[in-house]
Amino acid sequence: MAKNLRWKVLTIIGVVVAAGAAVYPPEDRIRLGLDLRGGVHMVLRVQTDDALRLETETVGEQLREQASLGGISLSSTVAVSPTELRIEGVPPDRDQELRQIADDLLQASYDRDSEPGGVYTFRMRPGVERALREEAVRQALQTIERRVNELGVAEPIVAPHGVGGDQILVQLPGVDDVARAKEIIRSTALLELKLVEEGPAPSREMLLQTRSGVVPPDLEVVTGADQSAGPGVGSTAYYLVRLVAPVTGRDLRNARPTIDEYNQPAISFSFNREGARKFGNFTGANVGRSLAVIMDDRVYSAAVIQERIADEGRITGTFSQEEASDLALILRSGALPASLTYLEERTVGPTLGADSIRAGVIASITGLVAVALFMLVYYRLSGINAVVAVALNLLILLGCMAYIGAVLTLPGIAGFILTIGMGVDSNVLIFERIKEELGSAKGVRAAVSAGFDRVFLTILDTHIASLIAAAFLFQFGSGPIKGFATTLFFGLVSNVFTAVFVSRTIFEAILTRRREATLSI
Amino acid sequence: MPIFKNPNFDFLKWRWPAVGLSILIIVAGVVTVATQGGLRLGIDFSGGTIVIVKFDAPVTEDAVRAAISGVADENVVQRYGTVDANEILIRLPQGGPEEGTSLEEGANAVVAALGQSSVGGFTVIGQELVGPVIGEALKSRGINAFLFAMFGILVYIGLRFRFSFAVGAIIAVAHDILVTLSILTFVGYELSLNVVAAMLTITGYSVNDSIVVFDRVRENLRRMRLDTFDTLVNTSINQTLSRTIITSGTTAFAVLALFLFGGEVLRGFAFTMLVGVISGTYSTIFIAAAAAIVISERRASRRAHATAGRAQTTSKPKRRTRKTRVRA
Repeated sequence: MAKNLRWKVLTIIGVVVAAGAAVYPPEDRIRLGLDLRGGVHMVLRVQTDDALRLETETVGEQLREQASLGGISLSSTVAVSPTELRIEGVPPDRDQELRQIADDLLQASYDRDSEPGGVYTFRMRPGVERALREEAVRQALQTIERRVNELGVAEPIVAPHGVGGDQILVQLPGVDDVARAKEIIRSTALLELKLVEEGPAPSREMLLQTRSGVVPPDLEVVTGADQSAGPGVGSTAYYLVRLVAPVTGRDLRNARPTIDEYNQPAISFSFNREGARKFGNFTGANVGRSLAVIMDDRVYSAAVIQERIADEGRITGTFSQEEASDLALILRSGALPASLTYLEERTVGPTLGADSIRAGVIASITGLVAVALFMLVYYRLSGINAVVAVALNLLILLGCMAYIGAVLTLPGIAGFILTIGMGVDSNVLIFERIKEELGSAKGVRAAVSAGFDRVFLTILDTHIASLIAAAFLFQFGSGPIKGFATTLFFGLVSNVFTAVFVSRTIFEAILTRRREATLSI
Repeated sequence: MPIFKNPNFDFLKWRWPAVGLSILIIVAGVVTVATQGGLRLGIDFSGGTIVIVKFDAPVTEDAVRAAISGVADENVVQRYGTVDANEILIRLPQGGPEEGTSLEEGANAVVAALGQSSVGGFTVIGQELVGPVIGEALKSRGINAFLFAMFGILVYIGLRFRFSFAVGAIIAVAHDILVTLSILTFVGYELSLNVVAAMLTITGYSVNDSIVVFDRVRENLRRMRLDTFDTLVNTSINQTLSRTIITSGTTAFAVLALFLFGGEVLRGFAFTMLVGVISGTYSTIFIAAAAAIVISERRASRRAHATAGRAQTTSKPKRRTRKTRVRA
């Protein structure tokens, strides 16, 4: 019996030390959720259609290029939907040749469909479409991760979210400049260098005057600040540019903030080898024409190509120092393959977070002390037993949370409260039962033993039922409900240990030492 | 100092008035919900915008309301936290296009309107923007998770005890959820994620409470074979009464502390818990076992009729019924 007891005590000490080690130091180990400590929580959706459209447009441009190399000029190549490319004006006598070119280029990923009059429609294959969408989300995830890391936020979370497969969860704890963080994450940062066909013009009408107000299918209108009079003074200017960009941000090697000739902050960028080759060929072929630097559909600058440029470029505009370095950061971290939309955004300011923690801690301690006092008054010395059991339960629960790296949120605290409640309940059940058994005059030891034995089954049933509920909630619930289920799960398991095993061992230890005829309960 | 010295209340005598009271509350709740056009969903579920602003100097809600009157028609302006905190919560309904960057338009408009008005200096200390997609997903996943969890509990109690007990426990849970929702509606709290977390906790308590009573009934069934099922259940409720009161009392204590001192973020949560704990105690004593008895009797008398029919004797159906009750 005594030896048995020693092993029990050693087991308890082992568990307590392990839990204590996992929790210590608490401010590092117990991670608080954003609702408790402040920060930004965002759910973004990747508009994967963008990536598909880009792919279809690029392929269309390649097809046009290949066709014109073969001497076939097409009247139009248009992406009619993100996954559909339509070409028109194939001369009847060159039909066979065009099919050959198209098959070489597109057969792997597009299905071809022909209509009379030299019209073809290419539809992206479902498998390719799915792969591209997944790739877009994966790339977006990586890009956001890089940007967040460069922002220098501690313990950020960037993770896939939801069941649709196109949502991303971003959590930035303790961020104070929320607007800046959002801007940096959201910027598509799609840098495009496009040939200017017309402009700048002060209005859309004047821009399209020579084309009688119609934008040709392979061109587009973009706006930007007119900087012909120097930086910062111009009004909105309209440009007519080629739809497809020969080089984009994907071809960048690096970007850094710099100062332009007007002593204004600017961003200089350099191309990778592939980009430099493309850019060199392109500028070489278009000397004397105007080139626009466009980012996220806004013209930052447009300048005449003086000579063949290979590997360097610069974005000038009216930036502040911080804007310039943020832009450089975004460009460096790579363009997003698709634009992002916000589905959800929660900002908890640092003061509000701190207030919540303070109030929450005060309230929890008040509640715990009240419960402990009651147990001590009502159950006298045995109350100590219950208080120890519940305190250990909390310690073990915190240890488990720290060990698996779970984040403590408000719903998690709900799980804590239910755990404390069930811990107190288990002790009350046991004590009430022992009292009953004492009433039937069996002697203290027999009463304690019978009390624990009888109640063990009850506790097992209540806990297993709750564990089943927790397992289902974890499996099928979303974020906050999962947090609740996690806390509850560990709380229930540790409660069986503390309420039954620890509490009983304490009783046994006391009763072996002192052969008492009465029990303070 | 026991709370009850060998209590022997006839709870089952009160079960029909108790059921009546519960139904009254629930019906009143349903009517209130119906007249106000559905449950008051927080922005977690309905989508929308919340901006929490801290002013440098004291302001009235009306002044803030006037300042942002141009932004949205259905805005809600209310004090957040204590009066001397000078914090105001502004809520806007879901508006504009489905999703996209427009999510923050409402919040930006509010901040701009406040900036142009004469209400004084302020800082935005919290902001929540929830698009409709998220709200829908949360709602459906939450409901599914809850239903699955209930089903799991039903099966477990059905296996460990009896089917009628399982149904009794589920009825008690449904009762607690409905009563709590009704009271929340009367008081005017919104159904937010935190309130849902509190509801889940209540469910846990309610099931726990029911199982404790059922467990005692199961034990007594083995000991007191001669009593009627009704008496036996009543005795069991009385035997566990101290425990029921102490457990709910201590929990109510803890939750009350959370309600009083826990700050604004925890208030809805704590209130829901408080109502739920009280309702849970009530349903443990008056509803869960009563429901189990009614269902047991139904099943027993059905079985008795079937047996009687087969044997073609209608002489002693009553005695048979009682026997079946105790054994089943």
